[in-house]
Parts: sequence; structure tokens; C-alpha cells
Amino acid sequence: MTMPVPLLEVRHLRVEFPTRRGTLLALDDISFTIAPGEVLGVVGESGAGKSLTGAAIIGLLEPPGRIAGGEILLEGRRIDNLPYEQLRAIRGRQIGAIFQDPLTSLNPLYTIGRQLIETIRTHLPVSEDEARARAIRLLQETGIPAAEARIDQYPHQFSGGMRQRVVIALALAAEPKLIVADEPTTALDVSIQAQIIALLKRLCKDHGAAVMLVTHDMGVIAETCDRVAVLYAGRVAEIGPVHDVIHRPSHPYTQGLMGSIPAMDEERERLLQIDGSMPRLNAIPDGCAFHPRCSVAVARCRSERPDLMDAGTTRAACWRVPERK
Amino acid sequence: MVPLVEVQDLAKTFDVSAPWLNRVVERKPRQFVHAVDGVSFSIARGKTLALVGESGCGKSTVARLLVGLYAPTRGSVRFDGQATDSARNAGELRQLRKRMQMIFQDPYASLNPRWKVLDIVGEPLREHDLVGGVDALRARVGELLQSVGLAASDSEKFPHQFSGGQRQRISIARALATQPEFLVCDEPTSALDVSVQAQVLNIMKDLQRERGLTYLFISHNLAVVRHVSDQVGVMYLGRLVEVADKADLFSNPRHPYTRMLLDAIPDIKMSGRSRTPVQGEVPNPLNPPTGCAFHPRCPHANARCSSERPSLMEFGGVQIACHAVVEGRI
Repeated sequence: MTMPVPLLEVRHLRVEFPTRRGTLLALDDISFTIAPGEVLGVVGESGAGKSLTGAAIIGLLEPPGRIAGGEILLEGRRIDNLPYEQLRAIRGRQIGAIFQDPLTSLNPLYTIGRQLIETIRTHLPVSEDEARARAIRLLQETGIPAAEARIDQYPHQFSGGMRQRVVIALALAAEPKLIVADEPTTALDVSIQAQIIALLKRLCKDHGAAVMLVTHDMGVIAETCDRVAVLYAGRVAEIGPVHDVIHRPSHPYTQGLMGSIPAMDEERERLLQIDGSMPRLNAIPDGCAFHPRCSVAVARCRSERPDLMDAGTTRAACWRVPERK
Repeated sequence: MVPLVEVQDLAKTFDVSAPWLNRVVERKPRQFVHAVDGVSFSIARGKTLALVGESGCGKSTVARLLVGLYAPTRGSVRFDGQATDSARNAGELRQLRKRMQMIFQDPYASLNPRWKVLDIVGEPLREHDLVGGVDALRARVGELLQSVGLAASDSEKFPHQFSGGQRQRISIARALATQPEFLVCDEPTSALDVSVQAQVLNIMKDLQRERGLTYLFISHNLAVVRHVSDQVGVMYLGRLVEVADKADLFSNPRHPYTRMLLDAIPDIKMSGRSRTPVQGEVPNPLNPPTGCAFHPRCPHANARCSSERPSLMEFGGVQIACHAVVEGRI
């Protein structure tokens, strides 16, 4: 049986920022795939490069940031080198986006109905009435009560959680195959977070859309994702099925990360702490970026950068992994 | 044993009315937000009480009321048996202020970017005349920085030269300068990455053990609260709905809102537990529901709940404000 074509394939992606004092490499050889309908989590701490990865895929890298190498393929076709107009057509139709702050995605001067209808009609050949009917159905699917009335309201007339539901509706409006969600629930209260996560998961499944979920919150990842990629200093440290990465991590950074999260069901006197902090972009160590903070680093780690290697059910970029097998 | 901190019927109301002219011309009514609406609790010496709740529940306002950043609209705060309201003279108030300090959420906003760390951490020492001379000040600041895992030489740097986690440690060092007995911590790790959060929480626990500190710990993160607290108070729309020992609260939450909150937390262990779906959103504080503030979202609400506000009372070893629980309906 041949391997099915992945929906999204990122190969050796490099993103750099030219500055006055030299070029900073923010993403350094990132590779992963997303299968159709799959939910991939991209997790990491501040500065790891997870939001940049999402931005590069949607084609919304802020200049002077630019893709300096590698390829991004959607259904087997390259999208990273497309001219603006073609990329714009893909964004929205094939790839939907959800950001942390709903006010970033919603224009305060237009009703949400107008914004939904505009998105639908830009990408699908339907009439105004048909688009309006679709928009109302979408709002109902996202759990907005009295959708026929609220469709003509403005974003400021909705609460934060409701706005995020509208944004989800907007992202799904043109029936995209991939949704890139960057911290979609971070700004919301815990009880609303739970509702939105469940909604996102269910709707994407119903509409057959794959999701790339970028977040720092491991709990959200555990609840929503099939696989997860852990980023560190612009590189992939570990990638694999979510259960394995969380419960049987192989990379020392992932192990430290999981150990430092206070658990709801067990008591520990002290949380595991990783001393030090993630290196700044202008001071990334040679070899493995994590080695200065790693308790099991050896000489090779300090000079040679490890690629992702087989660690049982996951893959981890760590020279110590093959020895443990 | 007199509790170190005792709060009785504390309340704070903010006047958010439109300006007078607008009110007259547009015939708008006065509007008030009851940010804290009658809160009572006590904290024993050496213990940590955590206040949890979602945004708008009033927990940060309670923190500020406790240290005197806001004056209460009604109610009292007693510290070591003495009332802290401003009816007493300035000298005694200063003495009291030395014994309690605060740590804020935003490590970037709570340190003056134009001052060196020496001056930031040294400010309380100067204010309260705790050291004599520049050399003594420098030495004491160095000690304080070392006690939070930084270097004495860091006193010559400016805040922007540090990461978020390091800045939060500087805040802790500053708070410890007057050798306080009581620390109010308002979401001290919410802005930090998990690995940095672990470092800061470990330091805070170590310091509590070494110095017998008492903490009021404000957070919306229940996993963090579980790690640091002895007792937990759950707030909703300005009121306390449940206060219990940590073990009790997490193993047997009684109030419907507490249960909802615990249920809503994303489960990193993926135990696959079934969850009650969460209903609705926090109501607008300008127009709170009648009776029990939670009743519109509560699966157990009845007519009494919508008309009569439940008071916090002892029940089955915890304090709870819920008609359904007290009546034995749940």
C-alpha cells in the first residue's frame, strides 16, 4: 500500500530575520507532516518558534522575517514560493486561520454577517442569499444562540468566548482542508476554554479539516491533538503521538517540560526544574541547542547537532536516544 | 491561635458611571461594579490560602484591598489582631505595611525600567530606614538577590537585561526586603513559561519553609494552586462560594461552580474521564443575577436560588455558599 499524500508537508524550513547586527535564524530546519483530518499540536515555550511556524505556513510572516530555505507543500504542491495573489487565494480557501485575539481577526466596523458572507463569496461560487444561509448555519454550529438575529451584530456586541466562536466559524467558512490555530484559547477563561476546545475538535472532525494547533498549554494539547511536535530554539526536539510524547518522552527537554507542569492528580514537594532558560536567537549554542541545560549531555552533543532519530514510538533529536534502545 | 490575617465582610464597589453631563443629557443611571461583595476568610500563620476564580471574580481586588492599595467600601482587614484601616495614625500604619508585601503578575510592569536593581530592591530598605549607608545597602541587596537564586552582581543591571522569570525573582527579592511575615502574590507565575514557573514556585515554597512566611496566592490556574496551597477559596462574581482545605476541595468539590471549574481543566493525564458540559459564561458584573450569582449556569438551581443570596457557612467541614448543598439536594 502506498503512503497517502500528506495534506501538509514542511521540509527543512528555515526562517530568518535580517537585522543590523547580522541575520538571526529563528526556525532552523523544521520538518513535519500533517495527514488529512489529523490534529497536530505544535508546543513550545516563548521564543521556540511555534507561532513563526504557523505564520510561515499561512504566508503571514512579518517582514523583515522571510523564508530562507526549505519547502512548504500543500497536497503535494509548493506554496511557500507563490506570488501574493495565488497565496491569498489559498489562504482562506485551503487554509483557515484562528489567532489568539479574536479582535485581530474580526473587523470592528463590519457586522459579523458581512465578514462571514464576504469570506464565503470570495472563495465559493454562491449567491448572497446562499452565503447568508451558510453563515447562519455555521454560527449555529459554533453554538451562537439566536444566530439569525446575531448575524447582523458587530464584534463588540459579543463576549470574548463568543467572538472566538465567530472566528472559528470564519475560519471554517470556505471549507478549508487545514486550520492553523495559534493559541486559540489562551486569552479565555478556563470554563470557556473547555467549550472552545471541544467545539474546535468536533467541528474540524465534522468538516474534515486537519488542524495545526500552536500553543504553550500542554493540557490543551493532551485534550485535542493526535500528534505533537515539541519545539526548542527554532528546532524540533521531539515529535510523535501525543500520548507517547507526554507519558514516555525521550528527549531530555521534553522530559523536563513534562516534569515541570504541576499535575492535577498527584502531589509533589518540588516541581522538576530545568535550570537556565531558552537561548536567545543570537546566542544559540553549537551542536545541540539544549546541551547547556541538559543533565545527560556528552561531548558529541556540544559539537554536533542531532537530527530527529527513532526513539521507539516518537522521534527525538538527541544523541543519547539510540544508546537507550 | 489568632490567625495572622482575618478578613470580615470585605467589599469594594467601583463607580463606573458615565460623567455627570452625559448622565443628565442622556438620562443614564449611575452604574456600579461590586468587584468584591462581602468576602470573609482567615489565614493561619505559615500557611498559604489560594484564591481562585475566573476573570472578573474579584480576586485581584481582594489582593489590593489586603495590602491597602484600595480602601474598602465596607468590612475590615485585621493583621495579627490589629485592624488595618486608616483610622489609625501614620506611624503605626507604616509598621504594619512593613510586615506585608505584594508580588504582582506582570514582571515587565512591576519593575521601574529606569532604576537599577540595586535601587529597586533597595527602595523598601531606604523607605523604612532598615540599613545605614550605601555599603550596608549594597550588601543587604546582594544577600536578598542570592536568596532568590540571582547573583549579587545583578544589582548593577537594569530590568530589561533580565528574562521574565528573573524579573519575577527580583520582585520576590524586593518583597522580602522588609522581612515581611505575609506576602500577597497576585498571579505571580501566570505570565511565565512552565519551566520558569517551576523555578519560581520552588523558590517560593523554599522561602516559605525557611522563613515561616504566610501567603495569599491568587491564581486562575488550579494545577498551580494545588501545588502551593494549604487552603483554597473559590470566588465567583465578587463572592466566595467555597473555602476548603486543599485535599478536600480537589477530591470532593461541593459547590457546582467548583465542580464545573475542576471539570473544565484540560486533562494532561488524559484519564478519559467524562465531563459535565460547561454552560454559559460569566455574567456582566454591571448587571449581576439576583440571588445566587451562579444560578443562571447552575444545573441545580431552584426558585430560592434566584431570589435569595446564599451566605458562606460551615457545612461538612468546609465553608460553602450554596442552597442546594446545604439543603442536601446535591
